[in-house]
Amino acid sequence: MKRASDSVDLEKIRREAKKAWDDLFSADTLVCTGMSTCGISALACQTQDAIKEELSGRDFPARFMKVGCLGLCYAEPLVYVKKIGMPMVCYGYVTPEVVPSLVDKAILGDDLWKERALGIVDLPDIKERSAQTDIPSIWDHPMLKPQIRIALRNCGIIDPESIDHYLARGGYSALAKALITKPEAIIEEVKGSGLRGRGGAGFPTGMKWEFCRKARGREKYLICNADEGDPGAFMDRSVLEGDPHSVLEGMLIAAHAIGSTAGIIYCRAEYPLALQRLDIALRQARDYGLLGDDILGSGMDFDITIKEGAGAFVCGEETALMASIEGHRGMPKTRPPFPANAGLWSKPTNINNVETFANLSAIINRGGDWYNSIGIGRSKGTKTLSLAGAVRRAGLIEVPMGITLREIIFDIGGGIPGDRACKGVLTGGPSGGCIPAAHLDTPVDYESLAKVGSIMGSGSMIIIDEGTCIVDLARFFLTFTQRESCGKCTPCRIGTRQMLGILEKITRGEADLSDLSKLERLANAVRNGSLCGLGSTAPNPVLTTLRFFKSEFEEHILRGNCPSLVCKDLTSFYIDPGSCRSCGICAESCPAEAITGQFKEAHVIDQDKCIRCGVCISVCPEKFSAITRKSGKKVVQCI
Amino acid sequence: MEAKIRALLEELPGKEGALIPLLQGVQSTLGYISQDAVEAIGEVLGISESEVYGVATFYSEFRLFEPGEHQVKVCLGTSCYLKGGRELLERLSRSLGIPPGRTTPDGRFSLETVACLGCCSRSPVMAVDGVVYGNLTPLQAKAIIADLDE
Repeated sequence: MKRASDSVDLEKIRREAKKAWDDLFSADTLVCTGMSTCGISALACQTQDAIKEELSGRDFPARFMKVGCLGLCYAEPLVYVKKIGMPMVCYGYVTPEVVPSLVDKAILGDDLWKERALGIVDLPDIKERSAQTDIPSIWDHPMLKPQIRIALRNCGIIDPESIDHYLARGGYSALAKALITKPEAIIEEVKGSGLRGRGGAGFPTGMKWEFCRKARGREKYLICNADEGDPGAFMDRSVLEGDPHSVLEGMLIAAHAIGSTAGIIYCRAEYPLALQRLDIALRQARDYGLLGDDILGSGMDFDITIKEGAGAFVCGEETALMASIEGHRGMPKTRPPFPANAGLWSKPTNINNVETFANLSAIINRGGDWYNSIGIGRSKGTKTLSLAGAVRRAGLIEVPMGITLREIIFDIGGGIPGDRACKGVLTGGPSGGCIPAAHLDTPVDYESLAKVGSIMGSGSMIIIDEGTCIVDLARFFLTFTQRESCGKCTPCRIGTRQMLGILEKITRGEADLSDLSKLERLANAVRNGSLCGLGSTAPNPVLTTLRFFKSEFEEHILRGNCPSLVCKDLTSFYIDPGSCRSCGICAESCPAEAITGQFKEAHVIDQDKCIRCGVCISVCPEKFSAITRKSGKKVVQCI
Repeated sequence: MEAKIRALLEELPGKEGALIPLLQGVQSTLGYISQDAVEAIGEVLGISESEVYGVATFYSEFRLFEPGEHQVKVCLGTSCYLKGGRELLERLSRSLGIPPGRTTPDGRFSLETVACLGCCSRSPVMAVDGVVYGNLTPLQAKAIIADLDE
């Protein structure tokens, strides 16, 4: 059993781990598969099984390894192949059907199957580099080039279930350094780095630690908030699934700084793979003597337990999260007292987010000044963002603060599919706002995003194109926040309900213009009067859309027109008699039996029967494309 | 039921904060929170049934109905919603003949929605028995369910 009783031991273990890591790339062919939830949903497991199967009869020595998410989720499943004496090549879109070609060309063949290569995975530990080939380095890939990867440094590179891989890449060296540093000095270093809470609110981390350090009490709790509740965010999931030890190391450093002996990771139950990998990482860290009593001979005792969140968005709020750990309904409390003084079980408590912890070892190793040199204004360092929606290259990225939305969408994300126009971008999820295309030069930092009425939030970024109806979008977010409102304070409980009612009225075409001013008044009341962050930010999607897209609201109200053809009550489907070839597929598929038509006769939709489900559009053969949608007023079609 | 709850409690560090882990334990063995379980947990922890019920209904993870043999969860996160999650749900709801939050009369399938599965780059997604499927069209989703039904 490897167990480090002090930092000298740890270095010995690291040297062994490093040697095994280096050997991985020099002995036999190595095949790595990206196996985070995103990769697995794209059939990564079946892909890896198919590769094993293809190779099984051939007496070809190969090693297999799983890695986390590199972030190029759009091209999943991702497979890297490292043949002896050759650089490691990353291939995209390797679904099980592609495996025979991959094995033939990239694994058994002599060349590198350049046509399907996304790039060469250049690592300091691999001596064969991209320079030897005509395939560019993966780090020069347009999606990766503008990135600075600190929190994501190991994601997609190491096996997340191997502590040795983490150690080989320098893991837990920051912990060893921190343990021989005074807690106050660590707090100063973190303050100097300018690191702010990555969960959304952006409170300076070092300052938060200082409050808890100074709080009276022998028992202090340290909580990692991994309850990523923003629908549209997956940064924390990717970090936990791709590099769980980076979070544990960050927690250990924080525990030393604030003087905590008990850590809790509060992770949502919807992330089974993250929970499983965290559990493995915790057991490994205990076995290696990195958790438990007298860690690395420093005299520090600290252990971490996992609490499964049961699914409540409001638990992102610190006091609600603690109520949930205590076994109650997750309802927030008024502050003061602040958690730093009286938090979990009324003991001093410090809560940070997954990403905040994942940044810490780099800050301790390279210094607060180094971290502070990245970023802009009062927003220092990098931010991980999940890029999704109407964008060509969806995935997980980490960019320096201050990069513009335009660079993210067009350089990193590759623009909008089908060359449609970008309508805007949603940042901060249901607590954030919708920033219109005219403001795409806004830098991504806490202050600039607030200036346009949105927030950084946890880092979800959803791109919308002209096919998205702004009113429907605001209604969607309000449906979410209204449902997730815990019901404790009146402005949030009743205000979100009333706002939702008005938005629904608009999408049905039953509102008048006075509803818009009512909506705005209500939104401001909810924002100013709510007890916690959920209520005070819930109006953001409404306020920003009213500010930037008011004409679209007016179009719904005055002309009953949904320009994006999304709002069902304002949209009708009809069949263009000139294009219809009377194949009858739509009539067969229509669940409402609203489509009629004889052989060789254009078909017709009975508007009274139509439930506007859209099945007809999806089944109408593309070469005919006879079914269209219209909004404004109902189409009357004569038979 | 009470014996079961006591056994679950044994594995926990104590009664403090045990309510949610107990509910989670019941759900993972039984598949849902039954009326019996609510009563038994209240009895074991020495709290009222209404308190147990209040917590069970607060969190979206807890199911108060018996799930089907196969559990279908359609993601309605922002990205999935914008990319057709709602159509996916409507299609499945129609083909299974149940609204979300119900189980088919033969007990084969239950249909639920989930706030986000964190696979936004592969929207729209659904999870069937914990396996996530991405980039789905309503027809593909229906086919996955039909395959299971064979």
